[in-house]
Amino acid sequence: MTPPMVKAEQVCKSFGALNVLKGITLEVGKGQVLVMVGPSGSGKSTFLRCINHLEQVNAGRLYVDGELIGYRDRGTKLLEMSPRDAAKQRRDIGMVFQHFNLFPHRTALDNIIEAPIHVKGVKKSEAVARGRDLLDQVGMAEKAGAYPAQLSGGQQQRVAIARALAMNPKLMLFDEPTSALDPELVGEVLGVMKKLAQEGMTMVVVTHEMGFAREVADQLVFMDGGVVVESGPPREVLSKPQHERTKAFLSKVL
Amino acid sequence: MTVVDSSPSTGPAAIDAVPLRHPWRWTAAVVIVVLAALFIYGAATNPAYRWSVYAEYLFNDRIMLGVWNTLQLTVYSMVIAIVLGVLLAVMRLSPNPVFRSVSWVYLWIFRGTPIYVQLAFWGLIPTIYANIQLGVPFGPSFFHLNLQALSIPFILAMLGLALNEAAYMAEIIRAGISSVPEGQTEASTALGMSWGMTMRRTVLPQAMRVIIPPTGNEVISMLKTTSLVTAVPYAFDLYSIATREIAARTFEPVPLALVAATWYLIVTSILMVGQFYLERYYSRGASRKLTTKQLEALAKAQMIGEPHP
Repeated sequence: MTPPMVKAEQVCKSFGALNVLKGITLEVGKGQVLVMVGPSGSGKSTFLRCINHLEQVNAGRLYVDGELIGYRDRGTKLLEMSPRDAAKQRRDIGMVFQHFNLFPHRTALDNIIEAPIHVKGVKKSEAVARGRDLLDQVGMAEKAGAYPAQLSGGQQQRVAIARALAMNPKLMLFDEPTSALDPELVGEVLGVMKKLAQEGMTMVVVTHEMGFAREVADQLVFMDGGVVVESGPPREVLSKPQHERTKAFLSKVL
Repeated sequence: MTVVDSSPSTGPAAIDAVPLRHPWRWTAAVVIVVLAALFIYGAATNPAYRWSVYAEYLFNDRIMLGVWNTLQLTVYSMVIAIVLGVLLAVMRLSPNPVFRSVSWVYLWIFRGTPIYVQLAFWGLIPTIYANIQLGVPFGPSFFHLNLQALSIPFILAMLGLALNEAAYMAEIIRAGISSVPEGQTEASTALGMSWGMTMRRTVLPQAMRVIIPPTGNEVISMLKTTSLVTAVPYAFDLYSIATREIAARTFEPVPLALVAATWYLIVTSILMVGQFYLERYYSRGASRKLTTKQLEALAKAQMIGEPHP
């Protein structure tokens, strides 16, 4: 049996005395889409950042494709992973940020080919060919030479998705990818994400787009106060929430 | 009901308005030109300036040697200062407390004492440390160097200027690095880049936009600070040659000070041109304004798209 793509066991994370995650347990199967919703400060983004080790987990275990994240398991004790090995783990995990974080000093195409060339050692001609292909896939083929500042938010986010895909990740993490966009630009980004899901990409998405959750997600998780309050197929959770907290939240956003 | 006229040929006529007049600008300009002309006339006719001496020494061989030495001192010490400054800045921002403290103490000493005193101190190094030995402490020696036997005022002057400047460059570079948003580091990390690669490929190129203008300032300032190397003592820079060597012999301080000033001004002007191009290179992507090339491409695309009558 193949391991799930993401497996979290009692994951805890605290910043000083502040406990942000209080034992998150969940699984995401290969090719599945998990959507996480919840109020601000509920720990969704922190959990997402733990998956690619941008934050170090304090307790519990997090596995991606069967591999423990951030530590080496030596049976009785855990060894902290070297930055080098952590970087190697991150190569296979793509991440898309709320504020895009494109490199402003590089054109759209250069943003995409940067990591394949310098991290993976792909030949420039190959990286450029793949980069143009990816830009085409996200509908940005004509903007290859544009700098991020010359693009709209939606266009920047689509380039950011192409940049993450250029590393051929086995898992994609989306941290509120449409929260910084004008309402009319949200659709174009969600469209790209939907296509990606249909092509079988494993995705963990933090979002407030309930329509997207209902349509694309295989599993919906509602988080509050650092714990998973409720989870299940999106239609069920959205139409028949079991917990008072979920009902209260959904009544405000739906 | 509004009818939208969509025929392309009958657009509104381009605006041809009378430009705003600026009479006071013209008045001020005239006053300044008159004052400048008066000053130039006065300087040209005042015999104290000794323009014949100025012309005689402007391209003098000794002066040209001084210009060359000053340029060398500036370039070498700036290069060392920038490299050391990057190192100190990165150390200052590193999570390693040993690096942080070393960098802090370095800055404290080299920014906290006058450059003239530091240069005098470097000049005294051969007196303080007459011999350099390399070997096992309290044991045998493998390498021996007699500093007093060497004549190294140029190297000491260069080191003195560079080590002092490095402290200032470190702060400029640190400010530049801090100006790059955290999201940039995060995005690079998420793509699997190491810390070093993130610094080199993502953070420093963006920090350059903030680093270059004050660094240009520092280069120009360094060019003139080289006139202090007389403290080492090093006597072959532009200022030393013009004043201490030639003017002291010929008793013509005014024209020779002007000769030195002229050359400092010429070199500074050349440096400013270089800074302009560097700044333009590192401001790529900083503005949403399109480059000339991009505008041309867009205009061409628009031409193709428009129907021709």
